[in-house]
Amino acid sequence: MADLRTNFAGILSPNPFWLASAPPTDKAYNIKRAFEAGWGGVVWKTLGEDGPPVVNVSGPRYGAIHGPDRRVIGFNNIELITDRPLDVNLREIKQVKRDWPDRAVVVSLMVPCEEAAWKKILKPVEETGCDGIELNFGCPHGMSERGMGSAVGQVPEYIEMVVRWCKQNTRMPVIVKLTPNITDIRYPARAAKRGGADAVSLINTITSIMQVDLDRMTPAPHVDGKGTHGGFCGPAVKPIALNMVAQIARDPETRGLPISGIGGITTWRDAAEFIALGSGTVQVCTAAMTYGFRIVTEMISGLTDWMDQAGHATLADFEGRATRNFTEWEHLNLNYVAKAVIDQDLCIKCGRCFSACEDTSHQAIAATVNGERKFVVKDEECVGCNLCVLVCPVENCITLEHRTQGIDPRTGVPYAQPPLDWTKHPNNPMAKQAAE
Amino acid sequence: MEQDGTKGGEAQNRYANGLAAGRLTGVEYADNFADLHPPLSTHEAFVEAERCYFCHEPPCQKACPTGIDIAMFIRQIAAGNSLGAAETIFSANVLGGMCARVCPTETLCEEACVREAAEGKPVKIGLLQRHATDAMMGAGKQPFERAPSTGRRIAVVGAGPAGLACAHKLAELGHEVILFEAKDRLGGLNEYGIAAYKTVDGFAQKEVEFVLSIGGIKVETGRKLGTNLELSELRRDYDAVFLGIGLAGVNKLRLAGEESLKGVSDAVEFIAELRQATDLSRLPVGRKVVVIGGGMTAIDAAVQSKRLGADEVTIVYRRGEAEMKASGYERELARNDGVLIRHFAAPKTLEGEAGRVTGVVFERVAPGNGALASTGESFRLEADMVLSAIGQIFISDGFGNAQGLDIAGGRIAIDEERRTSVPGIWAGGDCVAGGQDLTVTAVEDGKQAALSMHRALAGSERVANSE
Repeated sequence: MADLRTNFAGILSPNPFWLASAPPTDKAYNIKRAFEAGWGGVVWKTLGEDGPPVVNVSGPRYGAIHGPDRRVIGFNNIELITDRPLDVNLREIKQVKRDWPDRAVVVSLMVPCEEAAWKKILKPVEETGCDGIELNFGCPHGMSERGMGSAVGQVPEYIEMVVRWCKQNTRMPVIVKLTPNITDIRYPARAAKRGGADAVSLINTITSIMQVDLDRMTPAPHVDGKGTHGGFCGPAVKPIALNMVAQIARDPETRGLPISGIGGITTWRDAAEFIALGSGTVQVCTAAMTYGFRIVTEMISGLTDWMDQAGHATLADFEGRATRNFTEWEHLNLNYVAKAVIDQDLCIKCGRCFSACEDTSHQAIAATVNGERKFVVKDEECVGCNLCVLVCPVENCITLEHRTQGIDPRTGVPYAQPPLDWTKHPNNPMAKQAAE
Repeated sequence: MEQDGTKGGEAQNRYANGLAAGRLTGVEYADNFADLHPPLSTHEAFVEAERCYFCHEPPCQKACPTGIDIAMFIRQIAAGNSLGAAETIFSANVLGGMCARVCPTETLCEEACVREAAEGKPVKIGLLQRHATDAMMGAGKQPFERAPSTGRRIAVVGAGPAGLACAHKLAELGHEVILFEAKDRLGGLNEYGIAAYKTVDGFAQKEVEFVLSIGGIKVETGRKLGTNLELSELRRDYDAVFLGIGLAGVNKLRLAGEESLKGVSDAVEFIAELRQATDLSRLPVGRKVVVIGGGMTAIDAAVQSKRLGADEVTIVYRRGEAEMKASGYERELARNDGVLIRHFAAPKTLEGEAGRVTGVVFERVAPGNGALASTGESFRLEADMVLSAIGQIFISDGFGNAQGLDIAGGRIAIDEERRTSVPGIWAGGDCVAGGQDLTVTAVEDGKQAALSMHRALAGSERVANSE
């Protein structure tokens, strides 16, 4: 059976499934239940500096967008860092780690961008015996207005500076949690690495307005008639997160830096995808907040079963394996030709492929054949764009078929051609001449 | 211990022989005649609406006799706009509320649904249509405004589905409509014919009010063509005439005792009486009921007899299952209610004792497509109630041929625009030839006739006297 144990920047856990720093990891009560359910680790909800407690709104702090049957597909929050007293959190962290020595207990931190403030909090946190710290440079609401969270994460120099302070003042592994609310994720990741970070985790939430209440003319949900932007997460953000994880995984400057992948992970497959793109562990929040802690059972069994079938004995066997096939557009083979094929036995004749192709793409599908309702791809028009495959409601009814024999009726060129990418394409004025 | 069967406790007449009322408890009557398909909750409607694929040239729409843009109204429901969905429905079929309840959707839109082909589970179009139309009617809104008055007056005879649809469309187009109805209440078979559990809570009358709320429709009840309403006078006094008079007659068994034996009656009357009853516990029904026929009326009569407390109900049809006009769904409904359906048997003798029916002797006929040949074998069914449901017929006494109306297959002949052979007279619904005897096709007839009248009137001074 596959071995799910992880060693992430020196932090050990029995499986790669951690609960992200968020409401589910707010206190010992939840975390104890999470560990009982099987979670491999937690990132304790962000602690701030000692002092008057953080004040949260007492109105709605969460919003969501729903798919069919009220399935939560996107989620946001305006909750701040922990609003519990620092000493209570520290006491509980210590107890939890003592009770669950095999689980990863990482503590998320956010204090003002001053060395003294960081120095001050590191010592008592270290004394809890926790496994590491995660610097919250991602929170995009509330705290960022006070110069913390994503306000730091958006300035690579600050990231580097704070990480350096932390590394100089603690022996604990330092994970830097990155905000996606930037232009190019590689810059903050590089800064973290330069500062000496042991790992990065991403993504934090994306700034968002979930809805507008058209009666009140206010963002929804609202607090006493006013709304503010929140942080967006959940299944809908997964593609954004995957790209950012992969960008860091393959960047020459950050390659090899451990990554804890976060963003809409709901099932084992989501987790496996993050791992395949370079994540050493994954962190989950929205799925747990939607379904409860028990979902980790599915994640563990699903990942184990798939690894067994795929022949991966350990996570390292496939970690980052998909990263090598992640490239720039200019390196895609422009001589590769695929065309859509509709399986007439599976086709239920809804014609969505036709509507989509006819109205918005390449007019490459016929809706009638000999006067009968029948949907057939016209090879002479099909560019293999994949739209019909995606809009077809029947799985595997429409597939893209790689063509290798004969002549493409669309271009008049034989299908079989040696690979050619844009860098060498004759239409590219900047084409690099192949080395003679 | 004697108890009033309708007020809790056990029903006193449950197993009484002969015709008897009060066979069930009050709770049983209420359960048996509750909504056959309860409406979808808002959440259920959203979930169901999301199942629609919004097909290209949707097959469901093509299968709908009134051509409702089904994919669009379902999309509107999914987007939280039930009133807009209702308007989409009503613009094609103003009786979309009743059709949502009584259409044989399994042989129309839902049969054509691509999800039927895909998984045998079509989108519940009928229930979604009901969800939207209920929303609009519940809100008491009339989505259509009348066009400026054309100054034309049109007579619509018969306030069933065809007449109501015709009147509404004409009123919308700006014409003045006088709607004549022989009975006390409007609605036609919606009010007098459809099984009670398909249209509960006085829906037929609510729908009539909804139709009339557009304005411009003057109603005259108690006016029967050939009795106190003359077609020749209508032609003289109105710019155009629409006949939606349905089928006033029923086929007879032509057996001795049909008229005289107590307990023998015609299913149409039985159903009408049930629909008009204010207290079902006072409605007598037999203990052993035999229904003769194979159409929807036979099923409705049989199921309602059973639900009124009949102990044994048997439908006897002279041909096979495949020839039954009642849909598969209706037959299943009957069988689930414990109705036995027997085939290839024709009634031969009604037996009676002391003026009451006691049984029916049937003659076995040989299966086959052609003429029904007797096998010489016969059997007898005990019966204290016999309902005949062997077809309704068009009766044109006093106005039909005399006025030069061409008749085809026993009903009024019309062309594609629902014009009769007499200029200025249009017709639709069950009274015309070539129809399917469905509410939805009657609505389409009425709508098309109204549009045709409108076109004709726009191009002529006065149609009725144009010859």
